[in-house]
Formats: sequence, C-alpha cells, structure tokens
Amino acid sequence: MTDHDHHHDHQHDHSELSETDLRVRALESILTEKGYIDPAALDVLIETYESKVGPRNGARVVARAWTDPAFRARLLADATPAIGELGYAGRQGEHIVAVENTPELHNMVVCTLCSCYPWPVLGLPPVWYKSAPYRAKAVKDPRGVLKDFGFELSPATKIRVWDSTAEIRYFVLPMRPEGTDGWSEAELAELVTRDSMIGTGLPKQPAKVTG
Amino acid sequence: MDGAHDMGGVAGFGPVRPEPNEPVFHAAWERRALAITLAMAMPGGWNIDMSRFARENRPPADYLAMSYYQIWLAGLERLMQERHLVEADELAAGKVLHPAKPVAKILTAEGVAAMLHRGGPTERAATKPALFAVGDRVRARDMHPPTHTRLPRYVRGHLGRIEAVRGVHVFPDCNAQGAGEDPQWLYTVSFSGSELWADAPDPLLEVTVDAFEPYLEPA
Repeated sequence: MTDHDHHHDHQHDHSELSETDLRVRALESILTEKGYIDPAALDVLIETYESKVGPRNGARVVARAWTDPAFRARLLADATPAIGELGYAGRQGEHIVAVENTPELHNMVVCTLCSCYPWPVLGLPPVWYKSAPYRAKAVKDPRGVLKDFGFELSPATKIRVWDSTAEIRYFVLPMRPEGTDGWSEAELAELVTRDSMIGTGLPKQPAKVTG
Repeated sequence: MDGAHDMGGVAGFGPVRPEPNEPVFHAAWERRALAITLAMAMPGGWNIDMSRFARENRPPADYLAMSYYQIWLAGLERLMQERHLVEADELAAGKVLHPAKPVAKILTAEGVAAMLHRGGPTERAATKPALFAVGDRVRARDMHPPTHTRLPRYVRGHLGRIEAVRGVHVFPDCNAQGAGEDPQWLYTVSFSGSELWADAPDPLLEVTVDAFEPYLEPA
C-alpha cells in the first residue's frame, strides 16, 4: 500500500488515530472489568476474519460451479444450502443468492444504506465497498465504477446492480475464462478474484496465472 | 430515516478508489472495534436493525466525518448507554465508575465459532398470502419515516417490477424500534435506469432493491 492510498482512505483518521486507539483500549478494559466481554473471544473473532474467512472461500464456490454442472444448478437455484455443502455458512450469509454473469448480463453488488456483504464467502468488505463514492455511484453509474476499477464492458452488455437493502446477500458467479479446459478446481480457484464476485472486476485470465 | 447513510445516487463523493491487496484492517483498533461490537451483541441483546439505526441516526455532518469503524463504535456506545451497560461518564473517563449490570450471557472464546455459524436468519413462516407475484408492476411508496427503514430514497415514488419473491422476513422498520419482528413478505424489485435517473439514462441499466411489502403499492 502506498502513502497516497493510505491517505485517501483514511483522511478522517489521521489526526484522531491515536485518540481512537486509546478510546477503544479504554472501552475494552471497561467492558472486560464489568464482565461483559472476554478478551480471548475477541482474539478468536479477529483471527477468524483475518485468517479463516475470506474470498478464498468464495473462489472455491465459483470453481466448483465452473467444474460441476449439478453444483452450479443447485447454487443458482438456492445458494445458501449449496454454499453450505462446502462448509461456509452463518453470520451475514444466512440468505445468499448467487447471480450469474453471462455475455449479455453483468451483475454488480452494493449496499447503498450501509455495507451488507456476504461474509461467509467473501470475508469482511474492503474499504472502498463501504465508502461513500461506491455506495453513491454504483446504482447510478456502474459503468463509471468499472472505469474506476480500470476496465470497460461492451456497451451491449446489460448491467444489473443488486442493492442489498434487506438480509439477502448477493454473490456474483463470474464467467469462466476462455482457455481453461481441463483445469482442476484448485487451479480455477486461483483465477477467481474477490472483485469478480462483487462485480467490480473480472476473473484473471489464464495467461496471467500460468505465464 | 432520511439520513446521510442513504447514499444511493448522491452526487459529489468523487470516484471509487480501489486499494489493491488491502489488509483486512488498517489499524489495530479497527480489529478490536469489530470484535467488541460483535461480542457485545450477546450481553446487550440488541438486534441487527437496532444496531443499524444506532449507527445511522446522527447528524449528517457527524456521520460523514467518521470512518466506518468509528461509526460502529459510536453506534455501540449509543446502544450500551441506552441500556445502562456503560454510562457516558465512564466513556469520558475511560474507566469503570458504576457497578456492572447483571447480563444473562457473554461470548466466550469457545462459543465464537457456534455464534458465527448460527448467524441470525431472518426468514419466518408466512401467516398470510403474498400481495404480489413475479412480474407484477409496483410503485415504491414515497415515504419518509423518522425512524429506521430499508427503502432507499432513490427508488421512492418510482415504478418497478417484482423480480423475485423472497419469502417472509423480519421487518426492520418495526424490529429496530423494539416493537417486535412483524414479519413481512420480501420482494426483489427491479427498476430500469431510465426510470430512476431520467437525466442520466443508461438504456441497459437495471437496479434491484429488496423491498418489504409495506414499502410497495400496486401500479
């Protein structure tokens, strides 16, 4: 991460960083002393979302859908139990709907009201997903958002933006890249980026992985 | 409520700035803030809709000046103070000044995995038939409740089409106020870009929101 990147994402934090840090430490100590929280539980929560639950989960789901037509059908019919087959379930993923990209249709997911996001398959959302620019722009100018991410879709491709305004969590099934015939599920999972499962990116092309 | 959190279509925020390979957290306090918030829901006993309202219900200038996890902290402090789990003078002093309130249960390290796996499903049994079916034309109500709602401003008053019927779910507008779950039919409603943004139409844009039945009227 560059200094520039850091600056624009945390322009409000810089002057208050140590103050907020102290405040959170004090809060944790108050809540611990009162017996409301167990600091060891906080450590497990942090470890879970930093190391165990992240977009690698979703990449496995996508790669399975690309290689197993029956799984793909179950995923598109009712994603929550299908995803559960791979062991991913629970908080912020109680009601998941998978939406499929095709040559004619590109899907993008946003939550304009807060930051709803399918945690069990993608982990915690990135900073930009929670930011005002993304929440404001995605529903009005999704092609402009894609340009911010550095690519353009064919003008003939329709865009459907899914605003997560209730407890349904959307998850994009991107198109399998060309030139991947015979690839294993594990190899295919390496092509699946987090952004491709939000709809702000596309999977990596095979050359970038093998070459 | 019509707060600063309701950002769909708002102008002036500038471009989206991707941050390649960003870390899950950008400061140590963010880790603790997330974890404290998740853990406190158990002794606190509030629901997700109360949490969302506690975060969004603040002056727009305050909301926009805070980073994401600062908003979480502010919401958490509000929820705890409302229940007298922690008092304002304790937050100001940074230390315990009042006896703890008895709480039924706290989150233990051993209980984390089960708590996360259980989650909080919102689907409930239907007690009445759905008013709308896939393909029906509907209009999003032009409503501006002062309390929590999940109908974004940019679709209010606009014509849409029922894209999917999602079952019966906890109604946030009621649940956020502690007035019970009042489960309602939930629909995915699609709107054409030209219906929502007449001055900036993308002929191929379609936007969907998940709208509860009380948010909709036949059109």
